[in-house]
Amino acid sequence: MSEMINLTIDGETILVPAGTTVMDAAERLGIHIPRLCYHPNLSLEGSCRVCVVQVEGFDHCLASCATTAWEGMEVQTNSPVIRQARRDIVELLLDNHPRDCQTCDRDGVCELQNLAYRLGVRERHFEGRRKQFPVDDSGASVVRNAEKCILCGRCIRVCDEIQGVANLSQHGRGFTTVVGPANLAPMDESACIQCGQCVSVCPTAAFLEQDHTERVWEALGHPRTEKHVVATTAPAIRAALGEAFGLPVGTPVTGKMVTALRRMGFDAVFDVNFSADLTVMEEAHELLKRMEGGGPLPLLTSCSPGWVSFLEKFYPEMIPHMSSCKSPMQMQSTLIKSYYAQQKGLDPKDIYVVSVMPCVAKKFEAARPEHTLDGRPTTDAVVTTRELAQMIKSYGIDFTRLPDGEFDHPLGTSSGAADIFGATGGVMEAALRTAAYKLTGRNLGNLELTEVRGAAGEIRETSVTLAGRTLNVAVANGLQNAKVLLDAVKRGEKQYHLIEIMACPGGCICGGGQPYPPIGSYTMNRDLAKGRARALYGIDSGKTLRCSHDNPDVQKLYEAFLGEPLSPTAHALLHTHYTARTPRGIR
Amino acid sequence: MPQPVHDFYQAMADRVGRTLAARDAEHQIVVQVGSATCEHAAGSQAVADELVRHIRASGRKDILLHRTGCTGRCSREPILGVRLPGRLPVKYERVNRDLVHRIFTEHIQGGIPVAQHVLDHEAGPLPERELLFCEGSRCHGSGPGLRERFAAMLAARGVSRGSVRIGAASCFGACGLASGGPATYVLARPEKVLYRVTGEEDLTAILDGHLIGGQVVERLRAQEEPIALAFMERYGDVAFFNRQSRVALRNAGVVDPESLDEYVDMDGFKALADVLERRDPDWVIGELAKARLRGRGGGGYSTAAKWTLARRQADATRFIICNGDEGDPGAFMDRSMLESDPFNIVEGMIIGGFAIGAQKGFFYIRAEYPLAIRRIQQALDTCRAHGLLGRNIMDSGWDFDLEIRLGAGAFVCGEETALIRSIEGERGQPRVRPPYPTDRGLWGHPTVINNVETFANISAILRYSGDWYARLGTEKSGGTKVFALAGKVRHTGLVEVPLGTPLARVVNDIGGGVTGGRQLKAIQTGGPAGGFIPASMQNMEVDFEPLQKAGSIMGSGGMIVLSEDDCMVDIAKFYIAFSQDESCGKCTPCREGTTRLLEILERITQGKGELSDLDKLERLARLCQRTSLCGLGRAAPNPVLSSLKHFRGEFLAHIVDRHCPAKKCVALIHYEINPEKCVGCTICARNCPVACIAGARKEAHVIDQAACVKCGNCFDVCKFAAVDRV
Amino acid sequence: MTACPHCPTDNWPELERGYRAMLPEDVLAFIDAHRGEPHSESLLIATLHMVQDHLGHLGPGHLEAVAQLMQIPLAKVTGVATFYHYFRLQPRGRYLINVCLGTACYVKGAEKVAQKLMDELGIHFGETSKDGIFSLESTRCVGTCGLAPVVMIGEEVHGPLTPGQVPALLESYLARAAEEMAKV
Repeated sequence: MSEMINLTIDGETILVPAGTTVMDAAERLGIHIPRLCYHPNLSLEGSCRVCVVQVEGFDHCLASCATTAWEGMEVQTNSPVIRQARRDIVELLLDNHPRDCQTCDRDGVCELQNLAYRLGVRERHFEGRRKQFPVDDSGASVVRNAEKCILCGRCIRVCDEIQGVANLSQHGRGFTTVVGPANLAPMDESACIQCGQCVSVCPTAAFLEQDHTERVWEALGHPRTEKHVVATTAPAIRAALGEAFGLPVGTPVTGKMVTALRRMGFDAVFDVNFSADLTVMEEAHELLKRMEGGGPLPLLTSCSPGWVSFLEKFYPEMIPHMSSCKSPMQMQSTLIKSYYAQQKGLDPKDIYVVSVMPCVAKKFEAARPEHTLDGRPTTDAVVTTRELAQMIKSYGIDFTRLPDGEFDHPLGTSSGAADIFGATGGVMEAALRTAAYKLTGRNLGNLELTEVRGAAGEIRETSVTLAGRTLNVAVANGLQNAKVLLDAVKRGEKQYHLIEIMACPGGCICGGGQPYPPIGSYTMNRDLAKGRARALYGIDSGKTLRCSHDNPDVQKLYEAFLGEPLSPTAHALLHTHYTARTPRGIR
Repeated sequence: MPQPVHDFYQAMADRVGRTLAARDAEHQIVVQVGSATCEHAAGSQAVADELVRHIRASGRKDILLHRTGCTGRCSREPILGVRLPGRLPVKYERVNRDLVHRIFTEHIQGGIPVAQHVLDHEAGPLPERELLFCEGSRCHGSGPGLRERFAAMLAARGVSRGSVRIGAASCFGACGLASGGPATYVLARPEKVLYRVTGEEDLTAILDGHLIGGQVVERLRAQEEPIALAFMERYGDVAFFNRQSRVALRNAGVVDPESLDEYVDMDGFKALADVLERRDPDWVIGELAKARLRGRGGGGYSTAAKWTLARRQADATRFIICNGDEGDPGAFMDRSMLESDPFNIVEGMIIGGFAIGAQKGFFYIRAEYPLAIRRIQQALDTCRAHGLLGRNIMDSGWDFDLEIRLGAGAFVCGEETALIRSIEGERGQPRVRPPYPTDRGLWGHPTVINNVETFANISAILRYSGDWYARLGTEKSGGTKVFALAGKVRHTGLVEVPLGTPLARVVNDIGGGVTGGRQLKAIQTGGPAGGFIPASMQNMEVDFEPLQKAGSIMGSGGMIVLSEDDCMVDIAKFYIAFSQDESCGKCTPCREGTTRLLEILERITQGKGELSDLDKLERLARLCQRTSLCGLGRAAPNPVLSSLKHFRGEFLAHIVDRHCPAKKCVALIHYEINPEKCVGCTICARNCPVACIAGARKEAHVIDQAACVKCGNCFDVCKFAAVDRV
Repeated sequence: MTACPHCPTDNWPELERGYRAMLPEDVLAFIDAHRGEPHSESLLIATLHMVQDHLGHLGPGHLEAVAQLMQIPLAKVTGVATFYHYFRLQPRGRYLINVCLGTACYVKGAEKVAQKLMDELGIHFGETSKDGIFSLESTRCVGTCGLAPVVMIGEEVHGPLTPGQVPALLESYLARAAEEMAKV
């Protein structure tokens, strides 16, 4: 039982465990102290000074996020001094910020704007010069606009502490401080792995995803006879899209999502889940082959492009371990322009593939030279969940009142194993369901392998015994955890067979392209991740088709088109390769 | 019972004694040249080289060239001192190579000083003897008026002023050493005899026995050696020096900074030997507590309390750090101490490391001080080679080592947590406090950070006792403080005085008052974090609390004298510009606030200010003070608030009248040629960069105001004072 | 092995060779000597000082080499290099002229000295003269306030300096430069 202490906040006394910060103590009293740089999953900076409070006995104000309460502390969070100070601090931030709220991507979802409104900043007393920096629009995934930066440092901390990449830093000092990669290089020429966590944590529009909506509207504007525009959706979309329309966290919206896409004018709406099942087939066979001495173990999953970039830059010597399978998105796009085109009698040149993803790294992946078919990219556009929500709104579609729709065939059927790809541990669970079948000839009695269901920011390990063979598996999300796991592998501490790594903490459901969390919540919030994951696990348990190998359309694909897993056709279409990249990451 | 430390020290002291005795026996004549940054800048190297050439050419073996550190009398450098046996030491100012020749031939070889180049030669011709009476404000000795009575006695006996001069020194630092009642100390030079005088009878004895009879009166010779004795022996005749109390600076200008022997000869490392023999850290901290030593970097936090906090930590890994970042513009005390008495600082740190239980210490020295870095490095290497640092220090069995880490041009790294981050190899941005460095500092371990000057006092306090140090100062603050006196004052340099000394004494008695006979307007203390003491308050005591109450701070010791020709708005703007440039950028109020403060002040000095600007200045200033993350931001608005408080009228003049009373702000002044004084020499026109002055020879010239850029060249070059700055 | 034959092995050995070639020998020796020690990354500032002392400035290639050989993220290295004003990321002239604009010097007319230097050299603060001989910077305090106003050229301090003395001072350095270049 930890020690309890008393403190008084705004005249009310409260008992809290020793070690509680003033901010958390105030939260217990129902006082949500305004803040900007604070993030519960990142180290403390105490630099924005918005959360300052007055403490008896101090002539200066203290940051409530970084101050641990002590016995008998007397705190004022809303005195006239604090009110004016807080207001002035936010005004100072506005005075060094572009005045273009109405045309800004985060109008309405910007933490700075929200704070300015709530604190009553209605006049500007201190205006003067503003910092000027060029916008870096060159990145395939992430766009950096330093003029909108309020120097909260969240991006730096998430890139360093959670992702282990440390691509960002403050440069210069004082008024001209600017955040960016080394030498303020273009994002894609730096150590950046395009995971987009910086976009997720940024309180303003200093970091945004690279826009693909324009090109999609353009494609949709073509007559159907000229262009066949196909949408294909990732599992994580259906778990979070509803949030953008006011639905509670964890509401699955699969059917409405399909209907909305059709209303927008897509000629076909497919489910990337289909290719998730396909990935499981290919990868399970790959695993078994390696287990029989056909390649290095552990096998590393390869669906997360941020993780792939990370491997290429930080651990290139581990490339032979990576599964040669393309990501489900790329498998799907390739099949659309080959298998589907063939079936429909279409020229692949006339098909425009739009993948809806929770991920901004997918935009980078889509532009990789290896992901082409006959010289043209297989995926033409990648829109994030956020972008899709914005597109639906701009159309005027009333999302919450839509009826449920069904995916199109032949790339629309999926098992529950595919749905859970979006959660950390999902790929592992799906792969094990199929590996079990392949090794024992039967499906597992209990298909829900909760031991591998991860939590945001955790590493999970377990061993499963199938047909007398013990498989050691591990699941990691967040690349700092990946480093820990990979270093353990390199040291030979443990013999793993299969490792699932997702770049984003919490898995794809917390990807760089997912809707911004509601004001007051945070991207790596456990409840947010759990809620979204619950939607996917709920879909899985509600399906009768729960294993990838049982997917009849996948079976048909093999019979009619691919032959068998790892066949030469499968290799040509569904597998890829990787190369060491520079700048080399620092471990 | 074995006493390894005692034996070690004794052996070292004996060896040093022998070495130096042999050297002194061989060299009767000592010529002293300063060797620190200011001296080098003024050309002391060339002077030293010239001297060496002369010595070699003369073939004489009895002349020693002694390099010392910096006395702090920078405006008169290069200073050269000559000591002939049995004669008062003579110091020359602004020496160059030609003067070296004259000094060598006329004084060293010929025995006659070159009177017109002696330091402060306006004080009169050199006497044969001098008696310095210690008249510190703390020790009232055996009664006031003793010196005057002695002078009367001399006159009555017909002793000429030319043969014996009587002077007063502010303090030898002997107070408290006396046993047996109050006494006055009198230093007789050149014999360097310190007398302990209790009344007129003693004075008579000295007059008869020593001055007239030529024999030292042994029974009156003082047994103890006050701390500033060596310094006063050499420099006591100069008013700038003898009105100071040299404790931290006791060896500056006295010892060769690169010589361990000379430092040991001045009782160096005796304190450390004592500390290691007693093996009692609580005793060390107890003495510091008695001494009421407060941090000399500006914080004024009790050093004993800080060291105690570190000692009480559970974590056994601890660090001690010397803050040599001295970034205040106008401050150079720390540089001087590091360059002139490095072994003293090293000793202070080793003692500190022992007291808090540290295994390792760091010097954090700014990169702009290359000589200080070299001297400290050399001191560290020498100490290691002589068993005074590293393993088994002084045979005590205790290990401790020191390392230098360089700064790289960031004023904010003088802040404790920023300094720690800099040593850790990061951007020097401060951390939120609490936790304080003594709880979690360098690499998460308890860390004590103290200023150079704080360490400079440690060995003195342990040698002479904490009570003695406390007595030198005030009720709340013991000891002395070194100030860097600069600005519109006659004698610029380093001044060390007991805390509690009136400000006016420092500026007028020691500094010689405002240059050019102009009026004192204000004294700025504490650097960019400080404020202004208006002339009306110049008699206030210099101490931590009084300065704070007056709206300023002690700071690290910068003291800038401002006259009626200085514009308070402009100076406030200067300090804000400094803080704004040095802001690390981490927290919103400082990063944005100092910029906005600067913009407002720029507007005002450009004549574009509005009355609402004053409210904005105050509002922003309070915001920075209350909500900034670190001390830099919290203190940055101090000059603005202080000048608004004491000189609001000047701000109003700039805003309402568009007029700069001090005629400093370029946008608000203009130059006019007075036709009655102008003789038409054309020198102004020829020096005008924009050729805006018209006029024929022998005719009054006129400035075209539209074209004038107000550079002030005409004002500077006119020999007839015909150009008015309006 | 199911992975494709196109994957090359680890590129580190080749990269390392390139990085080592960028830095002077004693910097490499310094990094090697301390590698693996606790808190060796804290020696970053000392390392950058060494590189700048040798090469005159910190170019992007140098910074990357230091980052990789010390295994510190490059963004951290450039963040540190740009934070401290002492570090120069642009090549600079043979002689660096540092004009002190600290309080004491400011009050004694340092701005006029600065202006004269700018006029004589034809450059502003932060720039290098066309002949590559002089770079001009300002600093806040050199710590020689008794000699105000003060200018530091290299490690040498010059003061008190009047604007009128500036041309001769520059001349003396030009002559020195000519001598040094003749020797080479």
